[in-house]
Amino acid sequence: MYEQFKARAEGVSAEVHRFDTRAATLEFIIAFLKGEGLRDAPQYHAVWADCPFLEGSVRKSLSEVAGLKFEVSQKLAAEAKFGISQMQWALTDTGTLVQDSGAIEQRLVSSLPSIHIALVPTSGLLPDLPALLSRIHPEDCAYIAMITGPSRTADIERVLTIGVHGPERLIIVFCDELGGGN
Amino acid sequence: MSNEFKESIHRAVNNANLTGALGKFSEAYKVNRAKAYEGIDFEELRGRIADLKSYAASHLDQLSEQFARNAEARGAKVFRTNDPARVREYILKVAQENGVKSIVKSKSMATEEIHLNPFLEKAGISVGETDLGEWIIQLAGQTPSHMVMPAIHMTREEVSDLFSKEVDERLTSDIPRLVKVARERLRPMFLEADMGISGGNIAVAETGSIVLMTNEGNARLVTSLPRIHVALVGVEKLVANYADIAPILKALPRSATAQLLTSYVSIITGPTPNPDGSLKDLHIILMDNRRSEMAADPKFKQALQCIRCASCLNVCPIFRLVGGHVFGKVYTGGIGTILTAWFDELKKSEDIQGLCIQCGACKDVCPGKIDIPELIMEIRRRLVKDQGLPLMQKAIYSVVNNRHLFHGMLRAASLAGKPFTSGRFVRHLPMFLADLTDGRSLPAIAGEPFRDRFKNIKQPKLKEKAAFYAGCLIDFAYPEMGEALVRVLNKAGIEVIFPQEQTCCGAPARYSGAYEVAAGNAIDNIKALLDEEVQYVVSACPTCTVALDHEFISTFESLGQSEWIPKARELAAKTVDFSTLVKKLVDQGRLSLKDGQKLGKITYHDSCHLKRTLKVSEQPRELLNKAGYELTEMFECDMCCGMGGSYSIKLPEISGPILKRKLHNIRETGAPLVAMDCPGCVMQIRGGLDQDGSAIRVRHTVELLAEQLED
Repeated sequence: MYEQFKARAEGVSAEVHRFDTRAATLEFIIAFLKGEGLRDAPQYHAVWADCPFLEGSVRKSLSEVAGLKFEVSQKLAAEAKFGISQMQWALTDTGTLVQDSGAIEQRLVSSLPSIHIALVPTSGLLPDLPALLSRIHPEDCAYIAMITGPSRTADIERVLTIGVHGPERLIIVFCDELGGGN
Repeated sequence: MSNEFKESIHRAVNNANLTGALGKFSEAYKVNRAKAYEGIDFEELRGRIADLKSYAASHLDQLSEQFARNAEARGAKVFRTNDPARVREYILKVAQENGVKSIVKSKSMATEEIHLNPFLEKAGISVGETDLGEWIIQLAGQTPSHMVMPAIHMTREEVSDLFSKEVDERLTSDIPRLVKVARERLRPMFLEADMGISGGNIAVAETGSIVLMTNEGNARLVTSLPRIHVALVGVEKLVANYADIAPILKALPRSATAQLLTSYVSIITGPTPNPDGSLKDLHIILMDNRRSEMAADPKFKQALQCIRCASCLNVCPIFRLVGGHVFGKVYTGGIGTILTAWFDELKKSEDIQGLCIQCGACKDVCPGKIDIPELIMEIRRRLVKDQGLPLMQKAIYSVVNNRHLFHGMLRAASLAGKPFTSGRFVRHLPMFLADLTDGRSLPAIAGEPFRDRFKNIKQPKLKEKAAFYAGCLIDFAYPEMGEALVRVLNKAGIEVIFPQEQTCCGAPARYSGAYEVAAGNAIDNIKALLDEEVQYVVSACPTCTVALDHEFISTFESLGQSEWIPKARELAAKTVDFSTLVKKLVDQGRLSLKDGQKLGKITYHDSCHLKRTLKVSEQPRELLNKAGYELTEMFECDMCCGMGGSYSIKLPEISGPILKRKLHNIRETGAPLVAMDCPGCVMQIRGGLDQDGSAIRVRHTVELLAEQLED
């Protein structure tokens, strides 16, 4: 399922990676952020919305990384270059990520910065939308968000252009240890 | 047709930017759509959508109530109204009570429908469209020309001029740069707005949820950042169950933009926290605006199955020539014509309904399974019922309905036309009729119609008999096609009879909305064709075949004349088009074509009624192949040739360019010969090639097969 998801997601200009452990996942993310110029200044910092990945000692271990912020506000998200969040599911047939986005922080980090890094437990891979609808229900979730690739438009002369109001890059990082199997 | 309307058509077809952009898009769309639907059973999918939307249309009140109850239980405020004025007032009241100064909007056709922006702006509130296309047309002071791609009619240069003015800096026409400018310009508006207004792609009664789909991500911001969110949803967007969203999410992006899914889908159920920690003030307005009346109309109820994908625009040979603005200010294209007739008023659709050439391309791709051409015909019928036919048409149909007079006039025309005829074509017509031969030569009326020639054809006495229904074109312009048909059927052991009392099939009257006239024609033909016991009633004109096979019945049904329906069914059961019958005879071994012939390259043009109504496309190809022709498919082989019966006479400005495109595609194959199964298409295409001085020959399949019968 992972390979099929990857092909679909890359087909809509997302970048897809996979790591087995939390440690390897974290190492990749930090290296990526630094490589793209992360620092503690407006337009260069990162906002990371609360998520299971940060549980335990992870958040603490990141407190020394300059420019990484865990308190998410509209202002900080609007000034951030990177937004990081964890998504629950990945739909194989369309390359789509899905999240219970009831908490506003989750939407702020995935919609305002120009790069969105989405963590996904590999066990969250599902075949398609009907499989998803049996797992997430509006009764328990006021805002279900689905994301398929970066923000795009073709409103000028039908020319596909990436990055209008949402992120212009979507980096999807699967982590087996967050829940492996698939 | 009003002069203003004619002028708008004239402007559109002469706007090279518009026709160029739309033409390119529609060509790419067809290919990309097919790719997006790969591995999906489209018929099964649209069957499910039609069923669930049809159920919703039958239960609008019940579902609205259920939706309101569930959404309110979750903390949303729901306002239900039939009246666009009350929608505007409600939104203004919410804005004023909450001190709203600026509003950001994501794309919503319902707000266009009620002209919300000017109303709010007049009250001193700033309203910013955030969908890139909508923002472009807002800056340009225009209205959307397409439901999904509102600014498709504009070039990058025009957009760059608009943006340059807006940001007060000379911009180039580099598209990624222009998009970036829009992002930077609109971002502060999102952050500062007090209210967000969205539409809704789906409203789920079971859960009180609204579903929003966008690619740019603007709907996520509109529904997340401002402290108030107002969603305006037409009641036709209601579905009963949460599970119902799956088939719609599958079809809508594929049909709209050939995507597997839009970049963003949001399912919103009740208010969520705002960035400042307060709870969102969420208002959902369920607007009726005549949708319930539509649901109560047995014919038009199916129009509520529309999911607003606009694929009917994308495949329409007319839309790609004239674009959206010719259709009006809000809803455009095929479905737009129907929605305008209802949400605005029937009279408003008077001109635009005439744009439909009845080719059926939209019906084939509609994910809501709406018979758009049929509904446009129904609009025509109701307009004629309300207002009567134009005088000129009335005069014509009174002639057509009198067979002796009609046929007498056609005979007279063969003589009167002589001064303008050279060889097989009428090349010039005097004065106001000159438009008819603009870009196309018309066939000369035959000196001796088929009905007279038939008497001199020697046929063997055979047991099995078929009645030949010639139709006006074969009878009076192309009698040689009729003679070829007799030769082919005789060879297969079938004797052809020609009932002399047969007359016009009624299609011209029906397609003009004159159903009473069409019913008169139907009765005459039923009497004539069922007079003698025959195995088949065969026609070599698909439009006539469709009339005999489907439309006599539906015309009687529309008029509530049930008396003739059993006879019409009896006739329909015997009716068959030429290629289908001959393919059957060949398969049964009753008819053989010469063996091992090498007849060279040929290309085949699918006629609208044959391919899309009668579902016949392989039979003529297989027959031509068997005869020894080497088939080379042309691009868009099943795209309309622009004939459409009297359409080419009423709207030559549109018919002409459609023909031109067809001729180009024929020439591109390099084949010296093009075949088709419709004498109307032969008239259009042969006339066009003649005017171009082309050497490509145009033949009806019946003529080509008659030449290859085994001795």
